[in-house]
Amino acid sequence: MRIFDPHIHMTSRTTDDYERMAAAGVRAVVEPAFWLGQPRTGPESFADYFDSLIGWEPFRAGQFGVRHHATIALNPKEANDPRCRPVLDLLPRWLDKDGVVAVGEIGYDSMTPAEDEAFAAQLALAVAHDLPALVHSPHRDKARGVQRSLAVVAESGIDPGRVVIDHLNEVTVKLVRDTGVWLGFSIYPDTKMSPPRMVELLRAYGTERMLVNSAADWGRSDPLLTRATGEAMLAAGFTDDDVDRVLWRNPVEFYGQSGRLELTDLDVTAVDPTTGNSILRGGE
Amino acid sequence: MEPERLRAALDGVPGPEWLDEALRRVAAEPTTIARHFAAAGRHCGRAELPDPPGWTADEAARVLLLTALPAGHADAATALYRHGDAAEKQAVLRALPLLPVGAAGVPLLHDALRTNDTRLVAAALGPYAGHLDQAAWRQGVLKCVFMGVPLAAVADLDERADGELATMLAGLAAERAAAGRPMPADATDLLDRLASTDQLSPTEA
Repeated sequence: MRIFDPHIHMTSRTTDDYERMAAAGVRAVVEPAFWLGQPRTGPESFADYFDSLIGWEPFRAGQFGVRHHATIALNPKEANDPRCRPVLDLLPRWLDKDGVVAVGEIGYDSMTPAEDEAFAAQLALAVAHDLPALVHSPHRDKARGVQRSLAVVAESGIDPGRVVIDHLNEVTVKLVRDTGVWLGFSIYPDTKMSPPRMVELLRAYGTERMLVNSAADWGRSDPLLTRATGEAMLAAGFTDDDVDRVLWRNPVEFYGQSGRLELTDLDVTAVDPTTGNSILRGGE
Repeated sequence: MEPERLRAALDGVPGPEWLDEALRRVAAEPTTIARHFAAAGRHCGRAELPDPPGWTADEAARVLLLTALPAGHADAATALYRHGDAAEKQAVLRALPLLPVGAAGVPLLHDALRTNDTRLVAAALGPYAGHLDQAAWRQGVLKCVFMGVPLAAVADLDERADGELATMLAGLAAERAAAGRPMPADATDLLDRLASTDQLSPTEA
């Protein structure tokens, strides 16, 4: 089973996770820029964070044979802090980089006017840089947040086929299914979505434009739940081809629209025997 | 390494027209280098060049873009390094010996040698490392051994290796031996050469 996790915050994960992911078949990931738990207080913290997403983290992933890409944005929660707003002016620098395959995570947290403004401005950046957009859907008041996100997407003029709305569930999937936008589902140990529930949604809505991710981060989460979902699909009678479509070809098609996915030579082991030990303890 | 040789090597890669146009634009409008520099790999590819050995297409293209600047090479190299992803940083480091920057790029070498990215550490110890003071250079060489970076990456290794480096390598070898872990063969060979040329004092041997 080859797996592309289209949404995982590897910065918050250990090398044990990379090893287990690689052993489970995860060969490529996309790491969206998001909130780090601790609020940031100015644009320079974001600059260092964005740099790590195109510098150190891809190197770290490469030690384990995992290809790493990123999405870059000012996240909705911190868009509300006026000290962080200047991040919007810095973004174009990263949106030109090879490893950046979308603008994201953008969207809503509390649906404030400041979030409206940052969301629209960053959809315009996606269009200007010819990049797809990753839209986070809010945890609170989710259904109305998804409807409002769809309206903002429509108003922006971006091709809906270049947008994914993430963290959907049984209620919100209905709102998005027929809009032409891609559908993202985050499989969590006990909240957003579980493997058995995901299998039911795939039965009901099919596999087209469906993206399954672990969204693993610094909270209680599990980077192997993509694999668990693939196994649950097989146990429920889906074919190997269905699983490959959902866990590999769909994310490759979606992020491939950036023209920047780099998946060549993935079968070759990325751990150079002469240098591959450097990660183990900051150089062993 | 002459820029002409890199340019000739890039004739066979994808996007030679893109590169020609990018070089013209950078020569005429130096501020356009940032976007061209970021996009070079997408247009020229990242394949290893048959000649010169040890160069990839994106790296060579980026080095050429820097050499195409009419002036201000030191400031441009510094900005592109500071704002670059790992591949861009590596290209800046490899461009330094080809640019009229004197010792102005030395802070970039120090930055690269502080990272744990083996590609950047190796690139920092190329020919431009002649500008590094001996203490920083020795630390860089020892870091290569520590990280498993082949010492072939280090320019002028035998000319510059001294008794102090031998002492540091011998210390690492002793720690590795005590831990039952091997030293890289190229480091052991270097230590042997230093001992045989008598640069190692008797007490250190």
